[in-house]
Amino acid sequence: MHCCVPSRHLLFTVPASSLALEVTGLRKSYGDVVAVDGLDLQVRTGQCFGLLGPNGAGKTTTIEICEGLNTPDSGTVRVLGLTWEHDAAALRPQLGIQLQETQLAEKLTVTETLRLFRSFYDHGRSVDDVIALVQLGEKRDARVGGLSGGQKQRLALACALVGDPALLFLDEPTTGLDPQSRRQLWSLVEGLKAAGRTIVLTTHYMDEAERLCDNIAIVDHGRVIALGTARQLIASLGAEHVVRVATALDDVRGAHPIEMSVLLALPGVQGGLETGSGYELRVASVPRAVSSLLELAEANQVQWAELSTHSASLEDVFVSMTGRQLRDG
Amino acid sequence: MRAASLRELTLARLREFTREPEAVFWTFVFPLLLAGGLAIAFRDKPPEQASIATVAPPANDAAAAAIGAALMDAARDSASALVVHEIPADSATEVLRTGTASLVVVPLAGGGVEYRFDEARPDARVARQVVDNVLQRARGRADVVPVTDVIISERGSRYIDFFVPGLLAMNIMGSSIWSLAFAIVTQRNKKVLKRLAATPMSRLEYLLSFVLSRLVFLGAEVAVLLGFGAWVLDVPIRGSLLMVGLVAFVGAATFGAIGLLVSSRARTVEGVSGLTNFVMLPMWIFSGVFFSANNFPAVIQPVVQALPLTALVNALRGIMLQGFGVQGVLPFLGILGAWLVVSLFIALRVFRWQ
Repeated sequence: MHCCVPSRHLLFTVPASSLALEVTGLRKSYGDVVAVDGLDLQVRTGQCFGLLGPNGAGKTTTIEICEGLNTPDSGTVRVLGLTWEHDAAALRPQLGIQLQETQLAEKLTVTETLRLFRSFYDHGRSVDDVIALVQLGEKRDARVGGLSGGQKQRLALACALVGDPALLFLDEPTTGLDPQSRRQLWSLVEGLKAAGRTIVLTTHYMDEAERLCDNIAIVDHGRVIALGTARQLIASLGAEHVVRVATALDDVRGAHPIEMSVLLALPGVQGGLETGSGYELRVASVPRAVSSLLELAEANQVQWAELSTHSASLEDVFVSMTGRQLRDG
Repeated sequence: MRAASLRELTLARLREFTREPEAVFWTFVFPLLLAGGLAIAFRDKPPEQASIATVAPPANDAAAAAIGAALMDAARDSASALVVHEIPADSATEVLRTGTASLVVVPLAGGGVEYRFDEARPDARVARQVVDNVLQRARGRADVVPVTDVIISERGSRYIDFFVPGLLAMNIMGSSIWSLAFAIVTQRNKKVLKRLAATPMSRLEYLLSFVLSRLVFLGAEVAVLLGFGAWVLDVPIRGSLLMVGLVAFVGAATFGAIGLLVSSRARTVEGVSGLTNFVMLPMWIFSGVFFSANNFPAVIQPVVQALPLTALVNALRGIMLQGFGVQGVLPFLGILGAWLVVSLFIALRVFRWQ
């Protein structure tokens, strides 16, 4: 089975010309806080690349350095084969950028906003085109201030697309949106993918990364801790499923009545870790693991207060690598 | 630089402004309110009447009674501009203390008179002179020098004529700096600026669009104040309107650039408010809006004269009151131009986009 490939090994395997984005040894600190700590990335042309990680992992700092809105302390960034130090003027028109929580002028209408953004680009798509693309036709004369969260986010995407960019950066495109708006935005991004556009997006939603991204870099504490396709990353767990079990805490000893080592010794259990309320076990076969867990409980005169199973996800990859949940930040 | 971007940015500025009803209201109504207040303060009115008080003359004293009668006669004669109140003898001090009268006239036994007043009050000194003349003449004093009074109220030399050009300049400064500082800092605070900085938009275009949108409203603001001054207050405009327009244009552009500089770093509206006041307050005081800047000591004159508001006030006053042409305002335009270039240059360097 294929394990996730450490990013360093990937570095020289792709010809540079087909790389839309290449980040090497990126570092950035704010005072004592290290936001990005030696981060490497390679994004191939035509790919949808996801930076997945909890809040504060350094995703936004990384993406803003790539967008030329921030400067690194050290490390190199090549965007479309160009660098911000030398080619900023040539680079800007080729990028489409959606910032985290984009704010647009509230008093302007959708059309006026897009006409303004269109005027910054020598070449691009027509305003009507992008309005149709992001399905804001009915709202074209509405003021930005009156749009819903999902509509604003689609307008922000339209602003990023109006210059017909070669590379699209989306920073947390669906954060704060309701489920329906998220799905709507996902299908828009899938449409862009199908059209062969190169996209770099950040997210802290594993389902978003799993659904949209060809390649995912899991980021934690300013470094890439795992890299690969969603399938590769999940396969790297060496187990297809996760079983969560918890017992009522033993009041006298203040510890779990069944030790972790006992659980790990059960047949079919390939790994696991202690969480706040119980254990998460990675297993190859759910029926075998569950039946041996039930036998164990019976033999020890305890009851499982919780016993649940799910297919392994990127969340489990993150948990197994860091011991923390993605959403815990 | 793209003409389309500059046009769209300027249009966006104008739309955002006109869709903020309060902003429009204050931009146009405030100068009118100010001018209206001035019209009331400086309306044509008769010379002020002196308000004096007198106590009853001692009983059974013909000479003292004659003094009292002469005073009352004068009060009835409208030419003397005297208002006489009769008060009880024991309230003379109180009347002076409360200011209801500036002078208390006390007829003395035997035909003498005592004036009680505060020498520090100019109106009291005037009242004393007026009353004394009335009484001396009534008792038979003859004036020996023939006198003719010629009353002067020539347009162009009244205080209101001096003040209106200063007010115009102050208004140009205030609205230029405020509107830019407020709009830019709001955009920075809401990260609109950051989003714009992520596009190929030229930074100069962005800054120029603010200056341009200011100029659109400048015309209306200047017209409102100037029209009010000319028609209602009868303030002269001796030079050409074109010159007024040119100087107002350069002034607005200069203060627009200073507004950019003021708002180049601040992240919050509160922060920029303090900075704006810090920049404007010295100019309100030193630039000769309310009284001539020449009143300040010679030591600080070079600084006072180099202030952009001083230059704008002097140029507008020169055009309106002395009929200055291009030649006359050139030095002032030079000072304004220098501020414009330096401010814009520094603003572009230090401007914080996020």
